[in-house]
Amino acid sequence: MVIYGVYIVSKSGGLIFNHDHNVPRIENERVFNYPLDLKLRYENKKIVVSFGQKEGINVGHVLTAVNGNAVIGRELENGKDVFDLLEEPECFPLSLKFSRARMTTNEKIFLASMFYPLFAIASQLSPEPRCSGIEILEADTFRLHCYQTLTGIKFIVVAESTQSGIEILLKRVFELYADYALKNPFYSLEMPIRCELFETNLQTLLENVEKSGASSA
Amino acid sequence: MSRTGTKLDSKKVNSELFTLTYGALVAQLLKDYENVEDVNKQLERMGYNMGIRLIEDFLARTGSGRCYDFRDTAEKIQTGFKIFLGITPTITNWSAAGDEFSLCFEANPLTEFVELPDHCLNLKYCNILIGILRGACEMVQMEIACWFVQDQLKNDNVNELRVKFIKRLEDAIPAGED
Repeated sequence: MVIYGVYIVSKSGGLIFNHDHNVPRIENERVFNYPLDLKLRYENKKIVVSFGQKEGINVGHVLTAVNGNAVIGRELENGKDVFDLLEEPECFPLSLKFSRARMTTNEKIFLASMFYPLFAIASQLSPEPRCSGIEILEADTFRLHCYQTLTGIKFIVVAESTQSGIEILLKRVFELYADYALKNPFYSLEMPIRCELFETNLQTLLENVEKSGASSA
Repeated sequence: MSRTGTKLDSKKVNSELFTLTYGALVAQLLKDYENVEDVNKQLERMGYNMGIRLIEDFLARTGSGRCYDFRDTAEKIQTGFKIFLGITPTITNWSAAGDEFSLCFEANPLTEFVELPDHCLNLKYCNILIGILRGACEMVQMEIACWFVQDQLKNDNVNELRVKFIKRLEDAIPAGED
């Protein structure tokens, strides 16, 4: 029973809150000999495995360190290009560390504003009048639950498919928002929520739901 | 608090503290503005800003759905009074078109210890309520107007708050809600 994250999208479609709750961190370090038996590609300012999946290093994972030195973009800290390095047989064996790519805040904002029109389109496409828009979006590895309030704010929870009690959880998050974000006199509407009390209460709530399901929510 | 049973039980908050705090606010505004009309306007504005936040608390607590009829709205406003002020106004004087009604109540926690002095007979002491109602309804895409037609502070028998439906704010209705 895992909840991966909580997102709040404002009436105008902007991401005003996100919380990564329980995203398993996948990291693998291995020693490689020349020539490298993985195909790497540079995209979106990251070095990504494009082909050759083995021992926990999967397609899509990102190269984060070479011999313990962090990789920034396509370069090492000392300014050396990683692809040049991997072409030089005398540098091997090399210890390469891969991990799953994490979403940056910008990417999250981008995705949140993408969900907004999807939600609207869904309600337009409906064969029946008065359709609510997307409430649950299911994939093989997760389920996205969305609850829109009458005022147009969307609460989104991404969780494991087997996690139960999400509907109650969404309403509880709404209550927390009404209490700890809106009653904070220094919070202005439609702006990103930076309220510590809100975060700590949300954290407790999520842990309770994960531990014992909806009953304690 | 949107939930009873949490640390602050809403029923345990002393209403006198609330009455006095509101009194202090109005007195300070009178000092700051001198002009009674400006005070009325400020109170309305403050109420509006409270209303647009308070509505979320109301929705989270009651789980109520959207109103498709002004009579529903009247009942929900009545519930709101019960939750936040602990009074249950009666709904009366419906207009023939069903777009205007009155809320009548005798006990008003805002004015429990209040007597209006002569120089502020034009003061709309409870104007904050008007702002709150307007703000809260606006957030659920409904434009309303409201005003006091009777006020115990002005020697009427009851307080009568008139609420008028103006229009639905169609543009503001979120997708999947209309």
